[in-house]
Amino acid sequence: MKFGIIVFPGSNCDRDIAMVVRDLLHQPTRMVWHEDSDLSDLDVVIIPGGFSYGDYLRCGAIARFSPALQATLKHAEQGKFVMGVCNGFQVLTEAGLLPGALVRNRDLHFICDRVSLRVERTDLPWTQNYRKAQVITLPIAHGEGCYYADSQTLAELEANHQVLFRYCTTAGEAIASGNPNGSLHNIAGICNRQGNVLGMMPHPERAADPMLGNTDGINLFKGLLALTGAAVA
Amino acid sequence: MNQTFQAQIYVTLRPSVLDPAGTAVQSGLTHMGYSNVEQVRIGKYVELTLTATDQAAAQQQLDRICDQLLANPVIENYRFELKEVADEVNS
Repeated sequence: MKFGIIVFPGSNCDRDIAMVVRDLLHQPTRMVWHEDSDLSDLDVVIIPGGFSYGDYLRCGAIARFSPALQATLKHAEQGKFVMGVCNGFQVLTEAGLLPGALVRNRDLHFICDRVSLRVERTDLPWTQNYRKAQVITLPIAHGEGCYYADSQTLAELEANHQVLFRYCTTAGEAIASGNPNGSLHNIAGICNRQGNVLGMMPHPERAADPMLGNTDGINLFKGLLALTGAAVA
Repeated sequence: MNQTFQAQIYVTLRPSVLDPAGTAVQSGLTHMGYSNVEQVRIGKYVELTLTATDQAAAQQQLDRICDQLLANPVIENYRFELKEVADEVNS
C-alpha cells in the first residue's frame, strides 16, 4: 500500500506521519510537495497537521487551491483513500470533501492535550481494528477544532453513520464534560458517505510508536494495510 | 474600456455559529462598565481593487471570489460595496 503525504508550506506533522507508515509499518511512502499534481501512483493520500500557507484567511482555506489538493479531489473521486489530520481535516472541509467546518475552540485556547475518544463505527478500513464503542486516547493540538455544521448536515451525518470518533469521558460518555473544544455532537472525526475520505482533529500518528508510551493510533493505519494484505512488521 | 472599482468586503459569522472571541470582547466591555453592550460579533474586512467592463461584471466576479475563497458559506456570510475609482494605471 503506497502512501503519499502532502507537504504544504507550514505543514509540521508530515514527518510524524512518514515515521509511522514508512518506518514503523514499512510501507512505500513519498512526500508530495504541494505543487505536485500527479498522485496516480498512490493508494492513500494523507494531509498532515500544521498551518498550511500560514492558515491565512481561514484554516485550510488557501491549501484547497493547491495543485496537490486538486489532484487529491480526483484521487477521492476514484474511491481511493484520503485522510486529513488536524489541519488536514480543516483542508478537507474547506475543499468540500467533507461537510461542515472547524471553527475557534469554545474557550478560545489552543489545546494541547490527550483526550478520550469513542470509536463509533468499525466497519470501515480506518477503524476495523478497533472495537465498537472502544475508548481510546489520542493527542489533540489545535486552536480551531470545534466542529460546526448546520442542523440538517448534522442529521445527515448521524443518519449515515459518518461520525467515526467522538470526544468522550474516560468512561466513554459523549457528554459536555468530555468535549474539549465545543464540537457539535462531540464530533472528533468524520468520513464522507462512501467512507473513503476521513478527517479527524486528534493525531493518531502521535500515538503510534511504543517509544512514546501510547499506541492507540497505530490500529488506524494498520486497518488500511489489512485491505491489501500488505505485510505489517 | 475597463473601469477600476474598489470593493469593501465584510465577512461575518452566520448567526447560528458561536463566536467565542466576540463573547470574550463583550465580557471585557462589561468589565469596563459598558453593561448595555450585547451581541458582539467579530468578522473580517477585506479591501481590494479590480478592473471590469462595468459594475455588473465586477459584482458578478466578486460574488464568485467571495463564494470560493473570501468567505466559507458553511459558517460565514458576506456583503460588499463597490465604488468606481479613477484609473491610476498609466497607459
